[in-house]
Amino acid sequence: MEYHDIVVIGGGPAGLAAAVSAYDAGCRDVLVIERDERLGGILNQCIHNGFGLHTFKEELTGPEYAERYIRKAEERSIEYRLRTIVADVSPEREILYVNRDEGAVRMKAGAIVLAMGCRERPRGALGIPGYRPAGIYTAGTAQRLMNIEGYMVGREVVILGSGDIGLIMARRMTLEGAKVKVVAELMPYSGGLKRNIVQCLDDYGIPLRLSHTVTKIHGKRRVEGVTISEVGPDRRPVPGTEEFYSCDTLLLSCGLIPENELSKQVGIILSRVTGGPEVDDSLETSAEGVFACGNVLHVHDLVDFVSEEAERAGRNAAAFAAEGGKTRGGVLQVTPENGVTYTVPQKIRTDAAEKVTLRFRVNGVYRDRCVAVRSSGAEIKRVKRRIMAPGEMEELILTGEDLARCAGGITVGLED
Amino acid sequence: METRELTCIQCPLGCQLAVTVDGDAVTVTGNTCQRGAVYGEKEVTAPTRTVTGTIPVDGGEIARVSVKTAPDIPKDKIFDVMAEIRSAHLTAPVEAGRIIIHDVAGTGADVIATKTVKRS
Ligand SMILES: Cc1cc2nc3c(=O)[nH]c(=O)nc-3n(C[C@H](O)[C@H](O)[C@H](O)COP(=O)(O)OP(=O)(O)OC[C@H]3O[C@@H](n4cnc5c(N)ncnc54)[C@H](O)[C@@H]3O)c2cc1C
Ligand code: SF4
Repeated sequence: MEYHDIVVIGGGPAGLAAAVSAYDAGCRDVLVIERDERLGGILNQCIHNGFGLHTFKEELTGPEYAERYIRKAEERSIEYRLRTIVADVSPEREILYVNRDEGAVRMKAGAIVLAMGCRERPRGALGIPGYRPAGIYTAGTAQRLMNIEGYMVGREVVILGSGDIGLIMARRMTLEGAKVKVVAELMPYSGGLKRNIVQCLDDYGIPLRLSHTVTKIHGKRRVEGVTISEVGPDRRPVPGTEEFYSCDTLLLSCGLIPENELSKQVGIILSRVTGGPEVDDSLETSAEGVFACGNVLHVHDLVDFVSEEAERAGRNAAAFAAEGGKTRGGVLQVTPENGVTYTVPQKIRTDAAEKVTLRFRVNGVYRDRCVAVRSSGAEIKRVKRRIMAPGEMEELILTGEDLARCAGGITVGLED
Repeated sequence: METRELTCIQCPLGCQLAVTVDGDAVTVTGNTCQRGAVYGEKEVTAPTRTVTGTIPVDGGEIARVSVKTAPDIPKDKIFDVMAEIRSAHLTAPVEAGRIIIHDVAGTGADVIATKTVKRS
């Protein structure tokens, strides 16, 4: 059976960064498997700028950011297979992949890096009354149709959800001559980055209506309009607030979910909050030798953090492939509380050598609060934040010294 | 004298700025740090943006190539720049970084390809 020290599933920014860092850590036998026709993942359709400010200190567009990593992989002659789908993975790290030239092939990996990205929440899950006429797209599908295939999806547009992709598409469609009438957001705050609200909506005078949702879709064959209603604190529509907007297109930007069909097949333990695998500080999942990074692990808003996380996964996968399964020490469970919805990693190995980066999100907009890390009641760390919001991922670093003072588990929560 | 309300986007804090222009004098209030003052003044006196779009490519592995303005262009020229981008047409191959339109809409900036499209 074909064997590789490391097999990376997914050739987006996460997979590429993991492969490159595994190579740089000394592993010379890395294979990247990608189902699409080119490497780069979702960035190929994200033609706007704003990528790479942290990593490269300049503003790149999505395709440019992707090409930097593709070049790094090619400089190292890292092997990749395109138009190839991984259909199954076993806990023994046997992989079944399928492509047109070879059919279905089994191979074995010393270590696996999961980097399959995420997908959009489909409309079915949203349950809006009305027919299912043409003219309803998820924002990401509309982005692909316009930017890759050159198909203009509509002329008069309403967008439900103020996630970043919806905001980006509001500007994109306006520039291509469409009229974007309104962006409606169920929550009392936007899930998108401030920068996108200013440069995609404010610049073009597109109204953002917070605490509003689409309560009816009009039209049988093609969308003819939508009804938008205000919602109360319970997020239910308030009767009497209905307003009609005529439009031929409704874009849905209602969140992303990690793509974990494969992870489920391996029996990997998934977090109910992130939808991605539970990992320890080496980004190893509950399946030995299987690591995860990027949007398959938890949904990121900035690709720079994807790359950084993936580099760690690649390095640790290389160490695992070289040393084989290590004997495991104990783990500290990390529990989110008081406004913190999740942390990644969810576990920290007690023998974790260096510092550990904890990423987390909060469940509302908080000003002037502290993030407190506690273990058995004792305060391990406390940092003040001027502002925290659900749309911006937070980060906290625990040093070796901090960790040495932890016993049992640790909690991460907001305090005054 | 004119005052404009803006949201600073230089960091996640998102301070609400008030920028007042009085002849040549520009004053920014509401900012927490100096970056906000610089941003507020530029936004009111000479705002610029990167414009990105796509251009159809004949005979390429994919149907369109993505492009951007380099450097940024004045904000009030966005739609003029878009009009030129939308009337352009290319034949494969196109290499990332290639200049597609010189001095787009008289801004002095170029439109360059941000993706490589090989021949199909
Ligand atoms: C529509 C959309 C728009 C976005 N816009 C932005 C943005 O503007 N700015 C930003 O910073 N972030 C944006 N993001 C987030 C963005 O996804 C991340 O920044 C980054 O691209 C994630 O990298 P990734 O490698 O984890 O995932 P992806 O880029 O999604 O890459 C995953 C890759 O895995 C491949 N794959 C999946 N399953 C398999 C399989 N079974 N076998 C083989 N290959 C497989 C996919 O084809 C894909 O190429 C967007 C996300 C989406 C979904
Ligand atoms: S003024 Fe300073 S602190 Fe306030 S948003 Fe701008 S950069 Fe951030």
